[in-house]
Amino acid sequence: MRTSTGTRLTLRTIALGYLFALLAVPIALILWRTFGDGLGAFIDSVRTPAAISALNLSLLIVAIVVPLNVVFGVATALALVRGSFPGRGLLQAVVDLPFAVSPIVVGVSLIMLWGVDGWFGGLDRLGIRVIFGLPGMVLATIFVTLPFVVREVEPVLHEIGTDQEQAAATLGASSWQTLWRITIPAIRWGLTYGVVLTIARSLGEFGGVIMVSSGFPGVSQTLTLLVHSRYIDDHNVYGAYAAATLLMGLAVLTLLLMTVLDRKRSTT
Amino acid sequence: MTATLFRRAEVPALPAPEAPPTPGAPKARHGLGRPLGVGLVGLWLSLIVLLPLAALTVASFDQGWSGFWDAVTAPVALASLRVTVLVSVVVALVNAVMGTLIAWVLVRDDFPGKRFVDALIDLPFALPTIVASIVLLSLYGPSSPIGIHLNATRPGLLVALAFVTLPFVVRSVQPVLIEADREVEEAAASLGASGWTTFRRIVLPTLAPAVIGGTGLSFARAIGEYGSVVLIGGNIPRKTQVTSQYIQQQIEIDRPVNAAAVSVALLAIAFVTLFVLRLFASRSQRREEASA
Repeated sequence: MRTSTGTRLTLRTIALGYLFALLAVPIALILWRTFGDGLGAFIDSVRTPAAISALNLSLLIVAIVVPLNVVFGVATALALVRGSFPGRGLLQAVVDLPFAVSPIVVGVSLIMLWGVDGWFGGLDRLGIRVIFGLPGMVLATIFVTLPFVVREVEPVLHEIGTDQEQAAATLGASSWQTLWRITIPAIRWGLTYGVVLTIARSLGEFGGVIMVSSGFPGVSQTLTLLVHSRYIDDHNVYGAYAAATLLMGLAVLTLLLMTVLDRKRSTT
Repeated sequence: MTATLFRRAEVPALPAPEAPPTPGAPKARHGLGRPLGVGLVGLWLSLIVLLPLAALTVASFDQGWSGFWDAVTAPVALASLRVTVLVSVVVALVNAVMGTLIAWVLVRDDFPGKRFVDALIDLPFALPTIVASIVLLSLYGPSSPIGIHLNATRPGLLVALAFVTLPFVVRSVQPVLIEADREVEEAAASLGASGWTTFRRIVLPTLAPAVIGGTGLSFARAIGEYGSVVLIGGNIPRKTQVTSQYIQQQIEIDRPVNAAAVSVALLAIAFVTLFVLRLFASRSQRREEASA
């Protein structure tokens, strides 16, 4: 399409203006407000006991969620690609389901299942606290991150086919040996990519987690909950900016990792 | 670039064309491909995804069909659904126009810093939603340096939702625009078509499926959104309270049946949207195959 210079400049101005107003200016402003008083103020704000415990809790949740998603994600992808069983289409649909569910609805669903009055309410009466405890937050995070590993590993499994696995089996490798020596190395970049997405989403999850957390500062607050409570409950606007900047730093790190991994994945 | 990645990760992708497992062929079997593995996977997905949603649905009918209906049609609940759908439709339309425009500028235009702008598009997906809320409040909130106060207004909701849904249309249109056959456009131009006519008659029809797909996804994302609107929305019933906030409030004041019923309604809207999108996508794919 041939466009006059005038049209092109107009379109460019509109597009960049929109992005500036929506993305660039707000982000620049928050960085300026966070670091305007010097790096020291920022460091002090993210090193309060509540902030450190929030960071620890967020990392703990990541540390629990990632291995579970890796094991079950790879198993699900293998079942979807290599298995032939009735209900495979259903399994496909279930894996995509979390994308369509609002985080708040995830929280409510977990309360209806694991809460005191829920189907598994008996556990709570036995003293195993799921809702308003760590298990609830972990369950909410797994729910929203479930598709990532599966959907990243699945296309790779399709691509590599089964030739090498069959060769290994013919040469007498056990199924575990085949899995560890052939399949896992072949899917490693797809898997890593899925893990990066899982980590980013786990650190950033808010709606699902706020519904099932008791939200006590220093005990059951993740980083995202800390941002919220500093702004709403403590009216500590600067603290909220600082915590948000910390999260933003982690997000940008994720983006960079994703770009690097993407290049790696396309060259190997 | 990350364009294709996000598409695979964030978009409820259509099932990839699969080679059906050939029956009888010797297959490399992992422990996980065996019935035991399938059973385990099924159990896991049920425990994590299906059982909670089943419990939700059952709880929403705790007081029968009429209880469900009353909860969903309670004036404040209905008002929240109205606000949610209205704002989401507007955001989806804004995305359809601005997303296509941005994609066009990123593909067809050239200017210094283009790669940086391109990378910036993915940021809303990488940023936690609560951070999006804080970021927008710093510019459009009470302490706005430019004097624009959007907190607790519907335009505030719009800005928050436009922020988090920005990548959908851009990233679905971009690859199509890169692949688009420019010779047809040149031909149209040489036959005397103006830029606008060429866009309307040649470019737009090619882009339409991608635009509609991205728009639909941003609508589906917007109706469920919580984190980005929680600080800027103001949560004023009948005015700026969106459905996810209403649900959260019902849980707080201990009305679980109301919360569950409205959740089911919200889920239903999302499912219908995605189902229609899927039908549409497979239809336009078939049409493309037929014409190829």
